[in-house]
Amino acid sequence: MIEFRQVTKRYDSDHTALRQVNFHLSRGELAFLTGHSGAGKSTLLKLLMVMERPSAGEVVVGGQLLNRLPRRQIPYIRRHIGVVFQNHHLLFDRTVFDNVAMPLEVMGVSPRDVGRRVRAALDKVGLLRKEKMNPLQLSGGEQQRVGIARAVVNKPPLLLADEPTGNLDPQLSADIMNLFARFSQVGVTVLIASHDLALVKEMGRRTLTLDHGSLVAGGTPSQGGSGGR
Amino acid sequence: MAVDPSSRSRKQDAARGARVSRSPWSEQTGSWFIHHRKVARDSAERMWRTPVASLMTWTVMGVALALPVILLLLLTSLQGVSAGWESSVRVTAYMELGASIEQARELAREIGADGRVAELELIDRERALAEFRASSGLDEALDYLDENPLPHTLLITPVEAVRTAESVAGLVAFIEGVDSIERVQVDLGWLQRLNAMTDLLARAVWALALLLAAAVVLVIGNTVRLSIENRRDEILVTKLVGGTDGFVRRPFLYTGAWFGLGGGLVALILLQLSLWWLSGPIERLAGLYRSDFSLNGLGIDGVLALIIIAMLLGWLGAWVAVKRHLDDIEPGEIAGG
Repeated sequence: MIEFRQVTKRYDSDHTALRQVNFHLSRGELAFLTGHSGAGKSTLLKLLMVMERPSAGEVVVGGQLLNRLPRRQIPYIRRHIGVVFQNHHLLFDRTVFDNVAMPLEVMGVSPRDVGRRVRAALDKVGLLRKEKMNPLQLSGGEQQRVGIARAVVNKPPLLLADEPTGNLDPQLSADIMNLFARFSQVGVTVLIASHDLALVKEMGRRTLTLDHGSLVAGGTPSQGGSGGR
Repeated sequence: MAVDPSSRSRKQDAARGARVSRSPWSEQTGSWFIHHRKVARDSAERMWRTPVASLMTWTVMGVALALPVILLLLLTSLQGVSAGWESSVRVTAYMELGASIEQARELAREIGADGRVAELELIDRERALAEFRASSGLDEALDYLDENPLPHTLLITPVEAVRTAESVAGLVAFIEGVDSIERVQVDLGWLQRLNAMTDLLARAVWALALLLAAAVVLVIGNTVRLSIENRRDEILVTKLVGGTDGFVRRPFLYTGAWFGLGGGLVALILLQLSLWWLSGPIERLAGLYRSDFSLNGLGIDGVLALIIIAMLLGWLGAWVAVKRHLDDIEPGEIAGG
């Protein structure tokens, strides 16, 4: 599903965010991405979202080489990638329902299907009864779940999360992680950037560790359940 | 490993995903239209939510649009007037002093037979002198003259088709070529001056119209730029979930078009008001010149054209702003460092 081949990302002549990173994630695999702050976690996610282009090497998502993807094609790649952020980036000028519906609207899904699919997504994160509320009225954990519902509403094969539990207490964090685990069980590839090492350890999944831009651990699948290539 | 259940559910999921993404073309087009309608309505509603600001933008646009339109209307009316007066073109031919009245009659018949001449009047020299004596007030001075200084005169009115400057020139050449005609005079000078003046005025008005149109584009561009800034988060999220550039631009282009519509309507109102306000003085002025000059408003075509042009200008302004500022908003900044 995801493949990095010798990927290097250099911002300036003296700042190298990623150095020759190699790894491969299969369909339905859930992996964590850890490392100190500034180790290159966000850069790696940005490369997957085509927010940045690699300086060298190849990034492949869903069999598509992203390096020289024309600008016009970028939106269509992003429709296949759900993203969850630490500060969730919900829009407070519209309801929970309308927030979650955005990826579907962008794809031109008919309004009838939008209703059905948004409710299905909200149901998965347990917020079905709050669809008419403004995200401002929700707690932090609920807002994060709305963000997750928005990320999965169009059933993307790939789900990325950047510090999804950063602002949440341990119980809520565990809930969110279990939610991600359930998505991976139905075939979604999930990559979660997190520096919450305790939580990562507890989940017992494959963990990619970055250190100053180099992948120091987890480059090859070592744990069970990741179902090789 | 529990391969079977998970792989089955994966397959199901993949199948479902494929079916959804392959929604029929007609449904896609349908939802595209629905989306356009929704975006158009949303942008209109956003405008209503800030009525004062919107009204001010509309008024600026309205003034900028109404000014050239009213000048153009004045100009068209003025051109109508000069066209009307062209019909009163008259050619005056003076005969040689020595020519007899018989010769004059003969000549009048000859020229009168020409197809280009609609009407011909012969004023013999006695009558000319009498008229001159009556109108000039030089009665006594004329008594000192030994003989009548005025020649026989032919007043020629060309037919309708020959009433343009070039064809009149042709007719004049013909008359000048006739024997015993001393001099031919055409009262075209002032008409040409008026034409030249309206031409100049027309250019000035068009230049003004272009400048004001540019101003309208800039005003709308600036307004839309502000609205882009206000909706920055929304643009980021839309781009993040895979909104194409066209999708992101659409609400702003509609906003521009709605500003144009409002501006066009304000321009129409201003136009009606100024026509109503000017009509009295213009009638009085035209009355003094015994002219049937009147200022005509825009017809239904004109109204439609004005509205459409206004909407196009608004759209263009929005497009300029969107082109300049939307590309700057890239979701890269969202993800943090």
